[in-house]
Amino acid sequence: MCGIVGLYLKNEALYPQLGELFKPMLIEMTSRGPDSAGVAIYRNPVPDGQLKFSLAHDSNSHDWQALADSMASTLSCTATIKQNDTHAILVTSGTENAVQSWLATEASDVRMVGSGQSVEIYKETGLPEQVYERFGLANAQGRHMIGHTRMATESAVTTAGSHPFATGADLCLVHNGSLSNHNRLREELKRKGVTFGSENDSEVAAAYLTWKLRQGVSLKDALEQALDDLDGFFTFCIGTSDGFAVVRDPIACKHAVLAETDDWVAMATEYRSIATLPGSGQARVWEPRPATVYAWGAETLDGEAANAAAHAGAGAA
Amino acid sequence: MNTMDFQKIGLREINRTLQGLDPLSNERNYTITNPMGQHAIACGLNAPLMVDIQGNVGFYCAGMNQQAEVTISGHAGVGLAENMMSGIVRVKGNASQSAGATGHGGLLVIEGDASSRCGISMKGIDIVVGGSVGHMSAFMGQVGHLVVCGDAGEALGDSIYEAKLYVAGSVESLGADCIEKDMTAEHLTTLADLLERAQINKDASSFRRYGSARKLYNFDIDHADEY
Repeated sequence: MCGIVGLYLKNEALYPQLGELFKPMLIEMTSRGPDSAGVAIYRNPVPDGQLKFSLAHDSNSHDWQALADSMASTLSCTATIKQNDTHAILVTSGTENAVQSWLATEASDVRMVGSGQSVEIYKETGLPEQVYERFGLANAQGRHMIGHTRMATESAVTTAGSHPFATGADLCLVHNGSLSNHNRLREELKRKGVTFGSENDSEVAAAYLTWKLRQGVSLKDALEQALDDLDGFFTFCIGTSDGFAVVRDPIACKHAVLAETDDWVAMATEYRSIATLPGSGQARVWEPRPATVYAWGAETLDGEAANAAAHAGAGAA
Repeated sequence: MNTMDFQKIGLREINRTLQGLDPLSNERNYTITNPMGQHAIACGLNAPLMVDIQGNVGFYCAGMNQQAEVTISGHAGVGLAENMMSGIVRVKGNASQSAGATGHGGLLVIEGDASSRCGISMKGIDIVVGGSVGHMSAFMGQVGHLVVCGDAGEALGDSIYEAKLYVAGSVESLGADCIEKDMTAEHLTTLADLLERAQINKDASSFRRYGSARKLYNFDIDHADEY
């Protein structure tokens, strides 16, 4: 099972309502994934020369300020931090490598769940509504969000096994399905120096993309290569700094539906998540074709022109 | 005319009402509003009702239908009219995967496109699609007709038994044991009748016919690779 949802606002006037519009989309997918939930929201981009890290800890009373102070003094960088329940958003002038290796040695109980200039990732075990509430996401403003509700199959119900999984700067992945070659692929990626935080199959897909992107492969090419290298069932939604991309495996037995109006683009595992959006009754609704990459607003992809060709004649709803 | 608002009374009340009608009642017309993409709407009907659903529905709409005529003024999710026995189900928009799966009878009309596995394991249902169908349509189709006015995706009619397939547009590929067959006068008559019943205006002579080569019925060592 599992449910995935994505919302990209084309109309700037709706930006202040992003969290409110996204909430019923995620909650509607509770029956597909009551074990854990998570979202990636793209907002408040930091200026060039700074990075934003989403950090998580098992406890909601972790001393984040001490962590930021210690990091700032060791790495001689700026570091401001804001706690949000079990998570914290760190904004720093430190480099990604420096921050990551500092966290690994000095704060090994802290998990880095996302990084980039605008992405913030929040995920926890529990019902989607509870997770959404605890991070105060209903008031969130921004341009786009992706989310996941998990019914665990391949690994334990833990925060570390929750989605989204970061796949690089401002990139993250949510997955509906199950991969059958994740153990072998995980071992191969480990040999190439990729590290893992869980036994989760979706994390392997994220790590695969991370590794490909690090080799300089474009996101579109990485997704197309994933179609060859990942064995199993999947619908992926990949959040990018500019929008999101959707791809399904060639057999396409994991549901997915896309809808678009003048105001927004939405993807969901089931249409009922999209039905709550304003104007959904008049939206263009269709089902993404198997083994075809769709994307909105992502400059790393071919963008809307490529989608128009893929949409033509696509099966629907 | 009876109108039921899904958001006000919910799925169970709607289905209970439609399934529990007195067969002698003259109340035959029902409209369902605000379906909100929810699942299993108007399932298991067994009376000559006219049900109009105004909006997009979720999975398994009008499943197991008998006698009723269900019209969806919108799009439909996975498993539309699954295992239909008789009656008519019509969707004015598109249908997702496995539309008409395992259907034993009746007529399913999809005015837009259908996704993959349309008519999978069909057992007597007639399906007319105004647009195109996705991959693996009519997989293991046993009896009935699948009429596609647009194109068909990969592996049409894979492992087909005796279902008859008519496609006006292109076929991306034929599945195992599915071949093109001659269109005879008898087939043209059947097809024209199906199009007329579906109220789809398309010239029967523009279609090509596909069906089983009947090579997979019995084990044949020369075809071991195909099993």
